Amino acid sequence: MSMLWIGVIAASIGAFVQKWIGYQVPPELLERPRIARITTLLPIALLGALVAVQVATSGTAIVLDARLAGLAAAVVLLILRAPFLAVVIGAAAVTALLRAAGIG
Amino acid sequence: MRPDPSPLEPVSGDAARGLGAEGGPEVADEAAEVARARRTGLSIGVATGLYGLSFGALATASGLDLWQAMVLSAVMFTGGSQFAFVGVVGGGGSAIGAALAALLLGVRNTLYGLVLTRDLPRGGLRGLARAQLTIDESAAAAATGRTPAGIRAGFWAAGIAVYVFWNLFTLVGAIAGQHIADPGAWGLDAAAAAAFLALLWPRLRRREAVAIAVAAAFVALLTTPVLPAGLPVLAAALVAVAAGMRVRTRSRGAEQQHLEEGTR
Repeated sequence: MSMLWIGVIAASIGAFVQKWIGYQVPPELLERPRIARITTLLPIALLGALVAVQVATSGTAIVLDARLAGLAAAVVLLILRAPFLAVVIGAAAVTALLRAAGIG
Repeated sequence: MRPDPSPLEPVSGDAARGLGAEGGPEVADEAAEVARARRTGLSIGVATGLYGLSFGALATASGLDLWQAMVLSAVMFTGGSQFAFVGVVGGGGSAIGAALAALLLGVRNTLYGLVLTRDLPRGGLRGLARAQLTIDESAAAAATGRTPAGIRAGFWAAGIAVYVFWNLFTLVGAIAGQHIADPGAWGLDAAAAAAFLALLWPRLRRREAVAIAVAAAFVALLTTPVLPAGLPVLAAALVAVAAGMRVRTRSRGAEQQHLEEGTR
């Protein structure tokens, strides 16, 4: 078995263990008020970070391009209470059109 | 509107469900909530799954064979880690370096498990499936659930849809390789950002939540140039930890109410 295969299998098993282990924390610990509060605030922070990373970075560089226009379109659609799918497709369409036009 | 001082309504499912509603409308609300969560989850699955095309193409271009690409998508199944793995291999790095980069990026999945453990089934095959499907998208879809049933429906719909489409399109990408157009040309990278924002949006009703989201985004961008890919999101998670630690400054009443919600 090649080193590459060993790496693929070891990392894949490791990734599963990482997912599994989060569920093994005792419920009593999670029910402490401060911990409960942190775990309920975590999705907000993680989502905020994921939006920023997805829209304005490329590797380890800050890159501002047509994605920003797509995100702006998403904000407008969200304010207009558009359904989820319309928000996602709208953002993709604006970004794709700008790129087709050679902008960003 | 509930007179609730916490910004956490979407997660405190039982409290929301018991919200003064009588049996009839409550059951209808619950069904609508589950249907909404499923639709959202499925949309995320299709949009994210298409990204599998670029992963499959990149994996084979980086020197992995078709089977290695498929094992990563089927078993590792966490996009950021997979791209990191093939990125290191493609850049001439060792298999050990690739595995370490992938695991570094996978740490945030552990955090998702912490958040989700109260609402998802334990043990057995479904417990293992739950762990395997714990990724950015399923955790985000679950986070929009307003009741425990909505949380579960969002998690499973997004998790299963992403799994199916991600693996399918990895296969297509790995076979078709360089002939596949760049998903960026279709604006799919912006679509992913919009999806995360749409999932975040309903939680931004309170000023505290907005402040946390903005601060987290800021920390992520600030640390992007200095940390390896994937770690900025973890650094941003510290914002939630810091905000959660401030609980002492709140009124006793608010803390007590939160305690009740937290324990359910």
